[in-house]
Amino acid sequence: MFGLEALDLARIQFAFTVSFHIIFPAITIGLASYLMVLEGMWLKTREDTYRDLYHFWSKIFAVNFGMGVVSGLVMAYQFGTNWSRFSDFAGAVTGPLLTYEVLTAFFLEAGFLGVMLFGWNRVGRGMHMFSTVMVALGTLVSTFWILASNSWMQTPQGFEIIDGRVIPVDWLAVIFNPSFPYRLAHMATAAFLATAFFVGASAAWHLLRGRNTPAIRRMLSMAMWMALVVAPVQAFIGDAHGLNTLEYQPVKIAAIEGHWENKPGEASPLILFGIPNMKTETTDYKIEVPYLGSLILTHSLDKQIPAMKDFPAADRPNSTIVFFTFRIMVALGMLMIFIGLWSLWLRKTGTLYENRWFLRLVLWMGPSGLVAILMGWFTTEIGRQPWVVYGLMRTADASSNHSVTQMSITLVLFVLVYFALFGVGLGYMMRLVRKGPITHEGDTHNEGGPGQPRTPARPLSAAHEGTDEGHSDSLTKGN
Amino acid sequence: MGIDLPLIWAIIIIFGIMMYVIMDGFDLGIGILFPFIKGESDRDVMMNTVAPVWDGNETWLVLGGAALFGAFPLAYAVVLSALYLPLILMLLGLIFRGVAFEFRFKARPEKRHIWDKSFIGGSLVATFFQGVALGAFIDGIPVVNREYAGGGMDWLSPFTVFCGLALIVAYALLGCTWLIMKTQGDLQQQMHKLGRPLALAVLVLMGIVSLWTPLAHSEIAARWFTLPNLFWFLPVPILVLLTMFGLFKAIARNANYTPFLLTLVLIFLGYSGLGISLWPYIIPPSITIWEAAAPPQSQGFMLVGTLFIIPFILGYTFWSYYVFRGKVTHEDGYH
Repeated sequence: MFGLEALDLARIQFAFTVSFHIIFPAITIGLASYLMVLEGMWLKTREDTYRDLYHFWSKIFAVNFGMGVVSGLVMAYQFGTNWSRFSDFAGAVTGPLLTYEVLTAFFLEAGFLGVMLFGWNRVGRGMHMFSTVMVALGTLVSTFWILASNSWMQTPQGFEIIDGRVIPVDWLAVIFNPSFPYRLAHMATAAFLATAFFVGASAAWHLLRGRNTPAIRRMLSMAMWMALVVAPVQAFIGDAHGLNTLEYQPVKIAAIEGHWENKPGEASPLILFGIPNMKTETTDYKIEVPYLGSLILTHSLDKQIPAMKDFPAADRPNSTIVFFTFRIMVALGMLMIFIGLWSLWLRKTGTLYENRWFLRLVLWMGPSGLVAILMGWFTTEIGRQPWVVYGLMRTADASSNHSVTQMSITLVLFVLVYFALFGVGLGYMMRLVRKGPITHEGDTHNEGGPGQPRTPARPLSAAHEGTDEGHSDSLTKGN
Repeated sequence: MGIDLPLIWAIIIIFGIMMYVIMDGFDLGIGILFPFIKGESDRDVMMNTVAPVWDGNETWLVLGGAALFGAFPLAYAVVLSALYLPLILMLLGLIFRGVAFEFRFKARPEKRHIWDKSFIGGSLVATFFQGVALGAFIDGIPVVNREYAGGGMDWLSPFTVFCGLALIVAYALLGCTWLIMKTQGDLQQQMHKLGRPLALAVLVLMGIVSLWTPLAHSEIAARWFTLPNLFWFLPVPILVLLTMFGLFKAIARNANYTPFLLTLVLIFLGYSGLGISLWPYIIPPSITIWEAAAPPQSQGFMLVGTLFIIPFILGYTFWSYYVFRGKVTHEDGYH
C-alpha cells in the first residue's frame, strides 16, 4: 500500500490505534478522580451543586469509558497479533506487568462501574461513594502498571538475556526502572490537566451562552484552580523528566533539540525554531539562543548537551518530527500556566465568569490537554526509535511476519471503524456537554424503584435524559 | 519436585477463558437474539439485563490475553499471529457491540436502529470469529523456529466456519436462558419458545463437532477412543446427554433459573471435552505448556498476585451481580 512495507504498516497501525485509545483513558483518569471529589464534597457539604455536577459528568464519563474499554481491548491483543517477535523476546517482563494491570485495575474499574453508574438508588450512599473511589483508584493503578511497562521498554533494567530472550531477575528493578517515576508523574498529571481543561471549556461554553448557574460557575472555578496549581507543577515534572531522558536516552534529547554537533569548548545553544533535516544532518532556518541549551539541560554555562552526530546514523531517531511535537507540547503547557495565572487575576477582580476574552480562550483550550498528551507521547515514542526495547531490540526486528495485503486490510478497517464509531461517540459526549447539568437530578427519579428487588436501570441511565435535546425526555421518561 | 508453575498457569488461563465464555457468552447471545425480538422496549429490557455487567464480563477476555502474554509468551506470539485476521475481526465486532451499549440510549430515536444493527452485527461477527479462531486452534498451528510457519489464510476451512456457526448457536442458547432468568411476561415467553429449538440445535452441533474433531485428527481420536481412556472420558458425553434432557424438561415446565444453570453446565462440559482433546498442548499439535512457558521468575511473580487478587475479583463481581439481581422489567424507571 503506497509503497509501504509490512513493518511500516504495522507501525502506523500501532501508532493509530494507541493514539486514538490514549484519549479515552486520559479523560477517564481525570474524570474518575473529579467525580470522586464531587461526590465526596456532596457528602460533606450536602450542597446540591456537587451532586448535580456528579450526575452530569458521570454520563459523559460512561460514554468515554465504554470507548476506552473497547479500544483498549485491541491494544491487549495487538502485541501478539502484530508484534509477535517482540512478545516472544520481552513477554516474560511486559506480560506479567500487563497481567497485573488487568487484575488490579481493569477488574476493579469494571466491577464497580456498574454500581457507580446505575446504582445511585440501589446501594447506600457510603457504598456508592466507595464504588466511585474504587473506579478512580482503578484508573490510577492502571496508569501505574502500563507506565511501568512502557518505561521498562525505554530504560530497561533488572533482567538478563538468556537464549536471546529477556529473563527478569529483579522485579522491583524492572518496575521502578530509572524513567518510571518521572513518566508516571508526568502522565497522571497530564491526565488531570487535560480533564481540567475539558471541564473548563465545557463551563466556558455555557457561560458564553449566558447560562450562568452555580453549577456551571463551580465547574469553571474548580477547573481553573487545577490549571493554576497543576500546570506549573507539570512544567516542573516535565523538566525533571527531560533531565532523566538526558541521562538515559541522550540521543532523544539531541533529536528534540535539533542539535547536530557541538563545537569544542563551546556551550550548546538552544534552537527555538528551525526545521531539522535528516538528510543533510543540519537544522535549517534555525533561530538559536547561545548558551541556553546548556543552561536548561545541564544547568551550567560550559557543559555541552548531546548532539545527533555523536551517535551512529542507524541509532538516531527522526529529529524533524520530535523537534515539533515537543515544542507544541511545551507551548501548550506554557499557555495553560498563563491561563491559570489569568484566572487568578480575574478571580481577584471578580470577573472570572464574565470576561469573554478569557472564556473564549478557555473554550479553545478544551482539547489542549489531549493534544499535549499526544504530542508528548509522539516525542517520547518516536524519540526512542529505532528501538522497541531501548538498546536491546530494534523495532524492525519486533514485528510479526504478515503480508502487506493483510496489514493494509486491517489498517484500513481500523481507520474506518475508529473514525466512524469513536467520532460518533465523541459527538455524543459533546452533546451531553451542551445539555449541561440539571438541577436536582436524582431527587425523585429512581432506577428500579427503591426497595424493589429489581434490576436497574439502563446502563447509561445517567445519560437517559439523553442527548436528544428536548424530545427524548418525554419519550424516554414515559417508557 | 517444586511447584509445576506452567501447569498452574494453564489452569488459571483455562479458568479465565471459561469465565469469559460463560459471561460474555450470554452478553453476545443477547445481541444474537436481538433480531428475533422486534419491540423497542423489549430490546431495551434485553440490553438492560447486562448493561451494568458486560464490561466486567469482557475483562476476562483481557485477562486471558494478558495472562497468556505473561505466562506463555511464545503461545501468545504464535497463536495470535496465526489467527491474525479472525482475531482482528473479532475485536472489531466487539467494538461495534460495545459502543452500542452506550450509544443506543444516547441516539435520537430515529437513529437508534443504527445501534441495534451495530449491536447485532458486532455480536454475530465477534462470536463467529471466536468460533473460527477456536476451530483453527483445534486444527493446529505450525511452528518453525519459534515463529508461526503457516499462511495468512490457513485459519479458513469448512471446519473452522462450522465452529463459528456452532458458537453462534451456543451463545444464543446462553443468552436465551439468561433472559428467561432475568425477564418476565411476554419477553420471557418468547424466550421459552426459542429455548427448545436452540437447545436441540446445540445438541446436534456439539455432536457434529465431537465427531468431526477426532475424524480429522487421529491423535485426538486416539486419545478418546483407546482403552482405558474411553472409560475415564465417557462421563463427559453421558453428562452432556443428561444435562440436555434436564434442559428440555426445565424449559417445558417454564422454569426461571434452571435452564440457565444447565446451559452453564453444558458449556462447561463442552469445554472439558475440548480440554481433553488438546491437553497439554498450548500450540497444538506440537508445543506443550511446558515448552512455551515463561521463565519461573515471571510465572512465580504473577502467581503470587493472582492467587491473592482473584478471590477479591470474584467477590466484588458477585456483589455487583447481587446489587442488580432480580428481573428487569419495562416498568423499571430506567429512563
